[in-house]
Amino acid sequence: MYGNAYIDPNEKPKSIIDGEDLIKLAEFEARIARGEKIEPKDWMPREYRKQLIRMIEQHAHSEIIGALPEGTWITRAPGFKRKLALMAKVQDEVGHAQLLYSAAETLGKSREAMINDLITGKSKYSNVFNYPAYTWADACIIAWLIDAGAIINQVANAKGSYGPYGRALDRICTEESFHLKYGHDNVVTLATGTPVQRKMVQEALTRWWPPIMHFFGPSDKISNHTEILMRWKVKMATNDDMRQQFLNMYVPKIWDLGLTVPDTNLKKNEETGLWDYTEPDWDEFKRVINGGGPCNAERLAVRRMAEEKGRWVRAALLQKDEKYVTPLA
Amino acid sequence: MQHIKELLYKMADDLLVLGHRNSEWTGLGPILEEDIAFSSMAQDKIGHAQALFQILFELGEAEPDTNAFMREAKQFHNSQLVELPNDDYDFSTIRHFLFDHADQIRFNMLSESSFEPLAKVARKIKGEIKYHVFHADIWLVKLGNGTEESKARMQSTLNMAWNYALGIFEEGDFESPLQSENIFAGEKELQKRWLEAITPTIEKANLKIPSEADWNPVLGGRKGYHTEHLDQLVNEMSEVFRIEPNTEW
Repeated sequence: MYGNAYIDPNEKPKSIIDGEDLIKLAEFEARIARGEKIEPKDWMPREYRKQLIRMIEQHAHSEIIGALPEGTWITRAPGFKRKLALMAKVQDEVGHAQLLYSAAETLGKSREAMINDLITGKSKYSNVFNYPAYTWADACIIAWLIDAGAIINQVANAKGSYGPYGRALDRICTEESFHLKYGHDNVVTLATGTPVQRKMVQEALTRWWPPIMHFFGPSDKISNHTEILMRWKVKMATNDDMRQQFLNMYVPKIWDLGLTVPDTNLKKNEETGLWDYTEPDWDEFKRVINGGGPCNAERLAVRRMAEEKGRWVRAALLQKDEKYVTPLA
Repeated sequence: MQHIKELLYKMADDLLVLGHRNSEWTGLGPILEEDIAFSSMAQDKIGHAQALFQILFELGEAEPDTNAFMREAKQFHNSQLVELPNDDYDFSTIRHFLFDHADQIRFNMLSESSFEPLAKVARKIKGEIKYHVFHADIWLVKLGNGTEESKARMQSTLNMAWNYALGIFEEGDFESPLQSENIFAGEKELQKRWLEAITPTIEKANLKIPSEADWNPVLGGRKGYHTEHLDQLVNEMSEVFRIEPNTEW
């Protein structure tokens, strides 16, 4: 599961193709226009490589950090069926991280370097995981709606131009579609259950709605920068398009269950065909992404602890006479 | 029937508790691949426990969810080895190695049991545990032959875990009817075969089994005597289920 890659709005507006070989660039763009995939050993512009590393890396980090709030509920899952399913689901997420780190490694950054940038706070992960999962119902809402959002994002990105990322995403999306069913089944059970269960799931939805609306990121300014990234098929859809798609698919399902979305302005505008909603608090979004959320410190501390505790194991695995190949993705 | 139930309870509880412990590595493994491996084994163990609780249910005990999620720690029959916290990866690996070899042999023995419902489950399960043992052996040998730190850790953890592992073979009150009815050949026989099975791998890992003079099995688990760690585990495991035990979750 994963939200859109966060691009810093304060990034310098210089042209991202400065200094590129224009003939090679034209050939590269023609290949993408023909629908060809770019493979690891092919020529690519510097900025293409940089953006992709950033996106794939953030995506991979989101998978392992996302395993933490959900993982808390594996040991508390009520009954065999839920316990087994949640274990399998979170295991999938960790497996996605493994696939994605391999895809990013084909662009020249090692898994160790990426994890190091994660635990030092240099690289980001999806903002939603900086919020706590207070109850079992929070874990159910995450599994349904956050994974639903992730699928929308990932189905779009799977059609992107970079071969290894697209292939990883195809597989990830297949698995995520089971997560979605799992999450939906859980939420249906709670929403149609006892008064205690219904209250629990409504409270969780109310808590998670703002992070869900933040999930796809702020409106994209249509800049020269985004235009080129879209032409290169790095960025496949605007954040607003994905948010609209999500609302269109899931708000009716939420309402069907008799649950209330905590936004009195939320309705489908019959003229535009788009959903009207209260603009999410983007200052809060920025504050959380920059470390000020309720769980940022805890998430990174847990990850650092895991890295620290595992150091001796990794050292024991590295045998000096063994040969290592470049990753295949 | 009491003798069969006792056998099933101790096996089911071992697997439920160890599966739970294995699942605690999710998100925290030393490398992603191990995170994933422990999660797979956790799913197998919990699934195996569920199959045994199902047999217990068919023998008149509570249905599996209620049986697993509504008992208090003192009603659990697991060995103390499986309830100890995961601690570092060395303890988890050593426990995994010591327990899974015993588990594999136990299910191999039970695949020929005269109690057919158990024999049938054992025949299915033994094919899965083969991979758990395979995984444990690889890691034991790897870490036992790794760096100075990993070698030292593995030996001292093996020493610490050994007497807990011997507690797996704590005998119950029904050893003789189980044997005379050809249901299960008994804990003594299991321990003997276990020792034969693990010794070559421990040697390959350059580790030493503690000298027999120091063997002092940690007993009591099978009779409901546990460390405080099991209380915590059971409370956590049943926290949500107990909010409304008689409803679907």
